[in-house]
Amino acid sequence: MDQTDHPAGGLTSRPFFGPQGSGGPGDKGTGLASWIFSTDHKRIGLLYLGVIGLMFTTALVLGLILRLKLMTPGSTLLTPQQYNAMFTLHGVIMVFMVVIPSIPASFGNIFLPLHIGANDVSFPRLNNFSWWLYVTGMVLAITSIFTGAGAPDTGWTFYVPFSERTTTNVSLAVIAVFILGFSSILTGLNFITTVHRLRTPGMTWRKLSLFVWSLYATGWIQVLATPILGITALLIFAERVLHLGLFDPGRGGDPLLYQHLFWIYSHPAVYIMILPAMGVISEIIPVFARKPIFGYNMIAFSSLAIAFAGSLVWAHHMFTSGMSDTAVLIFSFLTFVVAIPSAIKVFNWLSTLYKGSISLDPPLLYALGFIFMFSIGGLTGLVLGAAGTDIHVHDTYFVVAHFHYVIFGGTGLGMFAAMHYWFPKVFGRMYDHGRAAWAFWLVLLGMNVLYFPMFIMGLQGMPRRYYDYLPQYGSMQMVSTWGSWLLAVGLALMFWNLYRGCRYGPIATRNPWGGATLEWTLPTPLPHEAFEGDPKAPEPYDFKGINPDG
Amino acid sequence: MTDMTDTKNAHEAQHGPLSYRFLALVWAGLMALTALTIAAARVDLGFLNVAAALGIASAKASLVIFFFMHLKYENRLIKGMVLTAFVILAIAIGLTFVDVGYRY
Repeated sequence: MDQTDHPAGGLTSRPFFGPQGSGGPGDKGTGLASWIFSTDHKRIGLLYLGVIGLMFTTALVLGLILRLKLMTPGSTLLTPQQYNAMFTLHGVIMVFMVVIPSIPASFGNIFLPLHIGANDVSFPRLNNFSWWLYVTGMVLAITSIFTGAGAPDTGWTFYVPFSERTTTNVSLAVIAVFILGFSSILTGLNFITTVHRLRTPGMTWRKLSLFVWSLYATGWIQVLATPILGITALLIFAERVLHLGLFDPGRGGDPLLYQHLFWIYSHPAVYIMILPAMGVISEIIPVFARKPIFGYNMIAFSSLAIAFAGSLVWAHHMFTSGMSDTAVLIFSFLTFVVAIPSAIKVFNWLSTLYKGSISLDPPLLYALGFIFMFSIGGLTGLVLGAAGTDIHVHDTYFVVAHFHYVIFGGTGLGMFAAMHYWFPKVFGRMYDHGRAAWAFWLVLLGMNVLYFPMFIMGLQGMPRRYYDYLPQYGSMQMVSTWGSWLLAVGLALMFWNLYRGCRYGPIATRNPWGGATLEWTLPTPLPHEAFEGDPKAPEPYDFKGINPDG
Repeated sequence: MTDMTDTKNAHEAQHGPLSYRFLALVWAGLMALTALTIAAARVDLGFLNVAAALGIASAKASLVIFFFMHLKYENRLIKGMVLTAFVILAIAIGLTFVDVGYRY
């Protein structure tokens, strides 16, 4: 008998995707309603994964069109208004509908309870409600493109005074952001409560997996910072409808107040995006190096430190806005402080790999890609955090490159790493490893060819969000667009490989990678009720006696 | 539902329901502080006007959270969590004044 687990209910074939049904009285079947009204954390995680994938593809296509337009100077392909609307939508969809919910809402929902030995999150109905809020926000945001006086054209930051005055459909878009924010708050609240209340006996704080630690820290940012986004979105709406003058200096308001409010949320939001990916990397590296994680305490602590210190650096987005020099000095200093816990993580991951018995499987490839891209993105962040250099590169392509290195190269690759790591456990089948490696190298190469020229153009002074450019930037813009095609091919190969694996791949075993966390003790694909009693809390990074199946 | 009722009963058994008289007193305190906010805004204290408004608002929020929202009767974990939230909020407001207070 091999170690393959057969699905419950005596079925001879596996479900196309998703957890097994229990076959018992609680089993609600496989119909649409059984999914969209499900309170099962695994199904909700998959629902998020599906919708996030759809939104990612949409915003990716917008990004590819933008790059195609920018390949040559002059007025080509898009009108200036279409261009403005398109980069706004690319940003709004990617930030609020893809990257922020990405790992926590999908893999966090599925694996956080399992990692702590619980059968579900603390508030399953609230979990389902938060998915519905997400879908409502998504529908409203998409509606804002096609209704009113045209798609929003402010950029994803909705800066005043333009966002108050533009005739495009900003009002609906900010309401969508408000609703999406509540979805995020409820997920964070659910995770914090779950970690506090539902840990299996013996699962002490120092036995939590680092993925859970990262989601716990993220949950706090979601709960504490996101309400400020909510109020900021409402204030924009109020300004547009009631003309209060909150941000209008002519009426006693302050336009910089808007920037403060926006970034008090939106900078910590960057850590909502990156921390869960760091958690994924902390899971993958020890498993594929066959070594206990180096510096468990420091990695766990650095998640909390990033969450706290990352909440105090928001005004580094405003160095050239006209705020006080004292604030510039203080926020520049605080920005450098955040680099410390981030570096702690990177050094600990590398130390874990040192003298490890490394197997270069696809999840580890993506994890190594994360470290490479995040390091470039993080270090260029210090160029932006230093007030002097920031004045030179503020609002240039340098910022665009930095952000995409951190968020796409970091969170994006972290998400892909999670997809390749947990794929067999979630879908019950395995993908083709060779094809996954090819896809990885194409994606990594594509990202670098796409974004690295932007660092150079930024240093040379190419402003972001411009419709046209001087001929001197022509060659770099061309190379950057070629990179976008490479990236698109790599992503298409990756998704196709995962789809093929999901449909036709070999049946996955219980523990194909040799992981030590609790989900690998469960059948594949995951059963409806994961644990029949309270499971024994394992040491999450002790691999003694645990070997990959086969 | 049974769980919720049980929790509520256990909750009330622990410290007893708050009397209407007491809740009315808290409400009166809130009204008085609102009046104080308006009165303070009419006197020109310079930058201290902002400090006074935020101070009174904090006192009002504390009354609501401690008594109407029962924080006073919760355990230390919940108190600690709420305190953390407010400390972060205070730091955020404080750091914003690093800009506003020193702007030319």
